[in-house]
Amino acid sequence: MEKIEILVSRAIPIAIENIDTDQIIPARFLKSSKRQGFGSNLFRDWRYTNQGLVKESFILNNPKFSGKILLVGRNFGSGSSREHAAWSLFDYGFRVVISSFFADIFKENALNNGLLPIEISEVYLQYLFKTISYNRHILYSVFLGRQIIKIDKSFFYDYFSMEKYKKTCLLKGQDDIDHLISLYKKIKTFEVKSVFNDKENSYFIWRWSWR
Amino acid sequence: MSKTLFDKVWYSHIVESFPKGPSVLYIDRHFIHEVTSPQAFEELKTRVLLIFKKERIIATVDHNVPTKNQHLPILDALSRKQVQILFENCKINGIDFFGLLHNYQGIVHIIGPELGYTLPGMTIVCGDSHTSTHGAFGSISFGIGTSQVSMVMASQCLLQKKPKQMRIHLVGLTKISVTPKDIILYIISKVGTDGAVGYFVEFSGKVFRRMSMEGRMTVCNMSIEIGAKGGLIAPDKTTLNYLNKIKFLPKDILLEEAMPYWRTLYTESDIFLDREYYFYASDITPMITYGTNPGMGFSIVRRIPKINVDYHQSISYMGFKAGYSLIGKPIQYVFIGSCTNARIEDLRIVANVVKNKKKAFHVLALIVPGSKQVIYQAKKEGLDIILKKSGFEFREPGCSACLGMNEDKLPFGAYCISTSNRNFVGRQGFGARTLLTSPLVAAIVAIEGKIIDVNNFYGKN
Repeated sequence: MEKIEILVSRAIPIAIENIDTDQIIPARFLKSSKRQGFGSNLFRDWRYTNQGLVKESFILNNPKFSGKILLVGRNFGSGSSREHAAWSLFDYGFRVVISSFFADIFKENALNNGLLPIEISEVYLQYLFKTISYNRHILYSVFLGRQIIKIDKSFFYDYFSMEKYKKTCLLKGQDDIDHLISLYKKIKTFEVKSVFNDKENSYFIWRWSWR
Repeated sequence: MSKTLFDKVWYSHIVESFPKGPSVLYIDRHFIHEVTSPQAFEELKTRVLLIFKKERIIATVDHNVPTKNQHLPILDALSRKQVQILFENCKINGIDFFGLLHNYQGIVHIIGPELGYTLPGMTIVCGDSHTSTHGAFGSISFGIGTSQVSMVMASQCLLQKKPKQMRIHLVGLTKISVTPKDIILYIISKVGTDGAVGYFVEFSGKVFRRMSMEGRMTVCNMSIEIGAKGGLIAPDKTTLNYLNKIKFLPKDILLEEAMPYWRTLYTESDIFLDREYYFYASDITPMITYGTNPGMGFSIVRRIPKINVDYHQSISYMGFKAGYSLIGKPIQYVFIGSCTNARIEDLRIVANVVKNKKKAFHVLALIVPGSKQVIYQAKKEGLDIILKKSGFEFREPGCSACLGMNEDKLPFGAYCISTSNRNFVGRQGFGARTLLTSPLVAAIVAIEGKIIDVNNFYGKN
């Protein structure tokens, strides 16, 4: 996983609320067994027409806008749990998504892939949308260590909340698997006294016979 | 201290917890399917890790499989490859795999309960958001992403922060012709699609107590659409009766050892959860959605409300206008299936409506049963003959037109009455317009060829 500590970048605003993962990457493009290569189908139906023609009006097709930060309306990433949504955003080049509200599973998926979801207040989000509509070259700085997002070279900043554990993971570029594997022995001992253990063992021996 | 149902199950599965941080949650059951698992196996391979406990993983294929001629090779090369990869991964690792020709193949959330893999008090995960279905048995079940799939494979545990808890209580009883699907569509329309983000929802009230297991599964299935992590209903007599009927469960062990434990699984009465909603069940009428998220639903007889700009966009995608009524709207497609409404009970409802009637001439009506076992039961009861006689296409199990990953896609601009769970833009095919309803309404629409009030239909016939 890639580390994130400080990011200074321009942003791409999509001021639409309730963007679901079916919009981020439609289900018909999930047929790959790799993690890479989903970026080309990010927001597929918004970027291209049914015939595969480029829709000039959509912001990702506008060469005047670029950046590693995606600015979106509230309740981003709702719907299907597909991690492909986070992969496609990351693959396209985004490292930070800013919104006032994220869907649960999307947030976890993003954090597991080094894509930082920043949850800020609705007021500050609307303010950021406004600043970018005045000046699209504006730079935003994200300081993960201090949990601050601000407009570069200005004093207008906002704190964002972040779980301490996840923060260290992102700062170090570690993920959950490393931690869980280190608990191997503990899990084994837990398993023995777990609620379903005894019943399950006999259940499984029996079940093998009917298969 | 009094404990809730959720607390009881949660705390019995904690291996270790960080102070003020996430907990390590032990997972009892892990379902995998072909779309979100290949990358997870890949991850394990690159890290040189073994599967921690292969007995707790169950694999099936459902998302991109064809629903016609399943005995033939899959036409789409990419789909075929995904199915092939899952098969090989399962073979190498010794995981139970229910392939296309297996008698127990079906949609993961339908085969889980019906084969007895889902039991009360379990923790269940799957790389699919509708895993919340299994909450109907009083288990903690939620959807996860692919990275988390690989975590569970590697350690049988997940790092999870304890969610807040919400209770949705229905007061009183519903009217006749209101099905569980209408109840959950009503709840979604009231709570909103993000009303329960960060919460685990418990459904309570007389309505749920009297509901069949299939109905409870439908309700819990769509609890994800209010943004909740999952939904659950306390196990009771209905649950135990359902489990007793499953032929694969060893009854003696279950009854003697598990029953006393399951009887303790309920929320104690003197406790308030973090958030509580109360609705009157008598307010609920047959529902339909008119927009592009499941929260945009209303009673089928109402007119489309005028709300805000965002709504305007999705209404224009659907080709509607504020102030219009949906009654009389001609429909070209009817889809009955998906993990929400493809159980035997749903087929019974449909068969009951369409018996001795013909579907409307211009309607293409598709029935995709949830699993091979559902088909088997339907054939036993003669439902497939009734449905085929009325002009329905009776397909083989899979997710099918719910998310349009296989060939069952809808053409641009077509209206589809669907018993699935999501009506997002382009979900059933590019430009396709989805209206979510219960199987009862869907069956009536298939007969009439247009949207009609349920009460009028029964008045006529």
